[in-house]
Amino acid sequence: MIKVEHLSKRYAEVYAVNDISFEVHEGEILGLLGPNGAGKTTTMRILTCYMPATSGTATVAGYDVFRESLKVRKEIGYLPENVPLYPEMRVKEYLSFRAKLKKLPYRERKMKIAECIEKCRIADVQNQIIGTLSKGYRQRVGLADSLVHDPKILILDEPTIGLDPNQIRQVRQLIKELGEKHTILLSTHILPEVEMLCGRVIIVNKGKIVAMDTTSNLGSQFRGGDNIVLEIRGNGEKIKDALSNIKGVKKVVWQDNGPVSNFAVEAEKGVDIRDDIFSSIVKNNGIIREMKRASITLEEIFHHITTQEKEVVV
Amino acid sequence: MKSIGTIFQREINAYFLSPVAYVIIAVFTVFSGYFFSVMLGITQETTLRYSLAYTQFILSILTPVITMRLFAEENKTGTIEPLMTAPVTDFEVVFGKFLSAWALYNIMIAPTAFYIIFLKWVGSPDYGAIISSYIGLVLMGGLFISIGLLVSAITKNQIVAAVIGIVALLILLVIGLASSGSEGALYSCLRYIGTYDHWETFTKGIIDSRDVVYYVSFTALLLFVVVRIVESRRWR
Repeated sequence: MIKVEHLSKRYAEVYAVNDISFEVHEGEILGLLGPNGAGKTTTMRILTCYMPATSGTATVAGYDVFRESLKVRKEIGYLPENVPLYPEMRVKEYLSFRAKLKKLPYRERKMKIAECIEKCRIADVQNQIIGTLSKGYRQRVGLADSLVHDPKILILDEPTIGLDPNQIRQVRQLIKELGEKHTILLSTHILPEVEMLCGRVIIVNKGKIVAMDTTSNLGSQFRGGDNIVLEIRGNGEKIKDALSNIKGVKKVVWQDNGPVSNFAVEAEKGVDIRDDIFSSIVKNNGIIREMKRASITLEEIFHHITTQEKEVVV
Repeated sequence: MKSIGTIFQREINAYFLSPVAYVIIAVFTVFSGYFFSVMLGITQETTLRYSLAYTQFILSILTPVITMRLFAEENKTGTIEPLMTAPVTDFEVVFGKFLSAWALYNIMIAPTAFYIIFLKWVGSPDYGAIISSYIGLVLMGGLFISIGLLVSAITKNQIVAAVIGIVALLILLVIGLASSGSEGALYSCLRYIGTYDHWETFTKGIIDSRDVVYYVSFTALLLFVVVRIVESRRWR
């Protein structure tokens, strides 16, 4: 649905976006993740035809963003960062203005607006003046606006920024529901959001793509092997030797706490050693009180990638 | 083209939902009424000619206040972004905004029609000259608004837009006024660029095609420039 090839945007001497290429497939939710100033908003502004790229091409729904900008703009619903709205208008009036602007036929307009109001749960404020609304409601009015012409593609720039935790949850839930019908490109610098919403993630930093993969693959890519954390009652020394002899174990760390010992076992990449660990401990008369796989979170990957640290510490 | 109407409607509503429209209309009515009564007392002529000559000063100050918000406000609050990413052309946006400000301008000068009734009561006014004055007033408004629109499009700050607009309009007025009566190519050139001479012809009851062409072409040129400025975001 969206295809970006070697896209660059330069402001004077500084590249805001530097030679990025990616694709958003139909029906997926793609997250654009990066620290502030990484080039997320610039990328989205280029895709929504708000500003041109310095070089490279981008097509949205098959149309070139530079040459067929009007057609592109008909296909997208865009929620800009901080959701600029006209403060003197009433919610319903605003949506009706936007629907007209987006060339929605008169007969459909009323129905579509009512649908969006319901979907975004803004029915109780539909006759209020926008200037008096809370941030959460403004955000949802912005979302309703981006949905009103039923676009194929939604481009959402930091949709949950500045909301309180409850509002964030509601907006995320809404985006998730929308993802069933629309192709969504969203940007954020909040990691759990990406993990929750997106099938695929692109991590950008300083205008460049530093990682692009599915959310789960990104985890295993940057994780060495599994890290198994154990709490065992039994003879620590014996169990440590037994664990070290298991095939695929790289390293065993033993912390002796008297009758109960703590172990951290690092496995080689791609090997699942949990079954072997269990049987060897049982063989040595140990009792497993706890066994868990310490998994690396997207947060750590993100931090690692954007700060160029050598190794991920779990 | 349909979007022109949509934008026009929104802008007109925005004017009347904020105090701007009412304040401007009130200020204009007070000053034009003052000049009308004073000039009527001095000249003892049942004509709008002299009072409208002064009105041009007030209009030079008030029209930029009408136009200052059109783009500057959207640039500041960021609403320009959803507006320009909607499927509307730059021309539709510019022209819709232009028409809305022009409409407010015409609403603003409409109450002066009351003076005609008053003139008829005290004497017999020359209706032809009055009608041509109003045609001139409306055409001049178009030019003033396109200038105001242009300065609004290049800034984020409404005050800056208003001040630059007022200065530009006063310069345009003064260069015509100062060079009137002087001979020479330079002066006649300045007289042609300035608004005063063209406007004066209308108040005398003459609709000269040269003056109509001056206003219409100047307005069209400026609107073209505004469209280019708005568009420049896309290729800058």
